[in-house]
Amino acid sequence: MTPSPASPAPAAAPALPVQPPQGCPFDPPAEFARLRTEAPLSKISLPDGTEAWLATRYADIRAILGDTRFSSDTTRPGYPLSGMTGGATTEHRGFIRMDPPEHTRLRRMVTREFMVKRVEAMRPEIQRLTDELCDAMEKRAGQDVDLVEALALPVPSLVISLLLGVPYDDHELFQRLTGTLLSRTVTHEEREGAREELRSYLHRLVSAKEAAPGDDILGRLITEQQVPGEITHDDVVAFAALLLIAGHETTANMIGLSALTLMRDRETADRLRAEPALIRGAVEELLRFHSIIRNGPRRAATEDIEIGGQLIRAGEGVVVAVPSANRDPEVFADPDALDVCRPNAQHHVAFGYGIHQCLGQALARVELQVVIGTLLRRFPEMRPAVPVDEIPFRSDMAIYGCHTLPVTW
Amino acid sequence: MNITLDADKCCAAGQCVLVAPEVFDQRDEDGIVVLLDAAPPADQHDAVREAAAICPAAVIKVDE
Repeated sequence: MTPSPASPAPAAAPALPVQPPQGCPFDPPAEFARLRTEAPLSKISLPDGTEAWLATRYADIRAILGDTRFSSDTTRPGYPLSGMTGGATTEHRGFIRMDPPEHTRLRRMVTREFMVKRVEAMRPEIQRLTDELCDAMEKRAGQDVDLVEALALPVPSLVISLLLGVPYDDHELFQRLTGTLLSRTVTHEEREGAREELRSYLHRLVSAKEAAPGDDILGRLITEQQVPGEITHDDVVAFAALLLIAGHETTANMIGLSALTLMRDRETADRLRAEPALIRGAVEELLRFHSIIRNGPRRAATEDIEIGGQLIRAGEGVVVAVPSANRDPEVFADPDALDVCRPNAQHHVAFGYGIHQCLGQALARVELQVVIGTLLRRFPEMRPAVPVDEIPFRSDMAIYGCHTLPVTW
Repeated sequence: MNITLDADKCCAAGQCVLVAPEVFDQRDEDGIVVLLDAAPPADQHDAVREAAAICPAAVIKVDE
């Protein structure tokens, strides 16, 4: 993360650490442990040369994310947009980049779609999809199979497509575009191009649904919100983009990392096979342990606010290090160990915290529980087909994981 | 134990329903929290404290 020669003169502050320690692909950047002790709120420099605060302690991070005086509005002065990937520009930025009351109004239009009982009702369908993909994998026994392509990405992708009413036949297009939007290495032009292509695809899709709204989230947004004039066509497109992107790579990468972790930890895998009731808790611990959001969330202070003894001034940006919070020894005993029976695993902030906490978390939980349980049961002999140091980990992406995960059994 | 809610602040993350389903539910229309039992029996107290601790919008207040 050294600035390119064309960047402004490097500031004194270091860049946001993103690389895991050498040889420890599952661990957050080693720098976080030192920062938590020595400088829990420290200045970092962003790729455009501007500075922001980096928060690394669990307590400070919950305080920041739980306080709406820290704004999520990307158009606010001081919002640390630079170096953020996948973020929308000012137009149609989606409710995650807004503050109350607008955030509350828009989020509540879709909260019921992701509530616990509705998602639980989908469990048999998610199990059926998972079983079908596992059947297809079984037929490829003896070959190296990319688990990301064969299972980890298709499950959440099929489910969110089904929920939104986006034709899964178009999955290659929207998977490629969401991948570009979340990459840390593409150029600004490539990212804007992908954003425009996705917007244009979803604009055509929403237009078609306006003529014939189906029984799905986008159809309901059109008939219940757009037709009475609560929101516009462009708002529906923004909802579609947000939910499609959010529903894709997050769960997919958690599935890949979780599968790899359990392939390398036979003792834990055997225990989960023997006691499937432990899988719920194991999913919480895997969410804590992996903390795949490596580059945020981010906020802009709207007032002078003291956090953990440090004054953050109005107009200053804050980057919150979720992986650091989830490995804070003040909250999680022996935090670098994976303990599927950890009593407070669910206190993790892998889904964020505060009013913006992940809307799709109940769905993510069910998908992870079903897929991990099914993999353990059906492929007890599965193992990585290449040495772990040859697996391409996603330090180049806003969401951590594996680009590919070759497995055999 | 007595529980009060500030449902206006609820963001429908649903964690309380997962942790203490006998005490909390979600409204069908919008997923906002519903209190099923404001004074739950002792065997529910740990689950209720946990739900209050992880509620992302700090909606659940517990008086003991």
